[in-house]
Amino acid sequence: MLVIVNYGVGNLSSVQNMLRKAGTQAMISGDPREILAADKLLLPGVGHFDHGMKMLNQSGLRDALDRFALELRRPVLGICLGSQILGCGSEEGNMPGLGWIDMQCRRLSPAPGLRVPHMGWNQVNLKQQSPLFASAAADARYYFVHSYYMDCADEADVIGTSCHGIEFTCAVQRGHIFGTQFHPEKSLRHGLALMRAFAELVPS
Amino acid sequence: MSKTRVIPVLLLRGQGLVKTVKFKDPKYIGDPINAVRIFNEKEVDELVFLDITATPEGRGPDFELLSDIASEAFMPMAYGGGITTLEQVRRIFELGFEKVIINSAAYKKPNLVMEAAAVFGSQSIVGSIDVRKTLLGRYELCSTSGRVKESVGLAEHLATLSARGVGEILVNAIDRDGTMGGYDLKLLREVSSAVSVPVIACGGAGNVDHFMQAVNDGHASAVAAGSLFVFMGPHRAVLINYPERTVLSDCLP
Repeated sequence: MLVIVNYGVGNLSSVQNMLRKAGTQAMISGDPREILAADKLLLPGVGHFDHGMKMLNQSGLRDALDRFALELRRPVLGICLGSQILGCGSEEGNMPGLGWIDMQCRRLSPAPGLRVPHMGWNQVNLKQQSPLFASAAADARYYFVHSYYMDCADEADVIGTSCHGIEFTCAVQRGHIFGTQFHPEKSLRHGLALMRAFAELVPS
Repeated sequence: MSKTRVIPVLLLRGQGLVKTVKFKDPKYIGDPINAVRIFNEKEVDELVFLDITATPEGRGPDFELLSDIASEAFMPMAYGGGITTLEQVRRIFELGFEKVIINSAAYKKPNLVMEAAAVFGSQSIVGSIDVRKTLLGRYELCSTSGRVKESVGLAEHLATLSARGVGEILVNAIDRDGTMGGYDLKLLREVSSAVSVPVIACGGAGNVDHFMQAVNDGHASAVAAGSLFVFMGPHRAVLINYPERTVLSDCLP
């Protein structure tokens, strides 16, 4: 069972809708037992880093999530803020993240002709192979809406970058832990392909 | 690939979609859920739904209808119309919309914008302004679907919205609405130079050339249109349409 983690933040129904379209029945849950019983987890999230981490810490799910990712080592996909909190922290706030991937979130800088937040469709430059993008179309584009981006300490964790003034990391993978800055659940057929790829992942 | 978002704006009136001219004479266009399905297939960048009778009728959003609409959408969606409380904002997001659009409420309760931005993030709050040109050629702001003239000046209100943390500004030129004769580029330039967040141009788009003008001359970050995407031909037959992606990529930065 794929469980979409409900910690009070993020667009749960959109994610569930997209997964349904991808052929997967996903359950929305804020129950640690249901989370630990899942095959895969999806961590959504929108908004301020500290708000997200506070909600996560208050949800009572922290232990279950750490167990799932670090002991049971089953696949997790974080989306947008859900991806940013996989890291150690963000310039947006003061709270530490989950720390599952060694990365910090940094602010995007506006530049002449370029406004922040980065809001709109953009392409992803694949830096290395990843099952998430295995069936991505040549003209694949995804929807971004963010003011902060992930900065990985280890290049090996970067699977994709995008460009908004600077080239920034937009897709990460460390083993069975994945994250995308963009919103696959709102990226039409391209996002559908990615969600399907995650849902159909066979854990190694 | 074009980074300029091209956004259909769909007006809700009761359970149906309508199109207006200069914010008047609403004409029935069709069913909103059917429209979303068609726009999914046409791979639009984003959709905006505006409930044009919510504020005039003194009511909030029709959550049931919005839930049905949201469940069909696989692209980003924004909703505006009758939003006056944080709780309504929360519910709109829970239904599956990415952004809420606040217009009339921002004049009396600018702190609503601030609170919503603080809780949900600036990127999800759009400040919308409906602008009419006076006989002397000045811009005046209107609320309540164009029925109430607001006394605050354009520059001052934009400064208020910016300071309260809006992530985008949606500018609607009332006089151009439904005319398909081109955007008000002077207005767009004025708004774009006054704020640092993305500006979405609306009101007057009749073809892709108008989009190019809005971006190149008006400095808009995104272009929105109503009539262009719901009418076709000289007799304005109702037909939901959207330019081919290749056309947009060729024309827009």
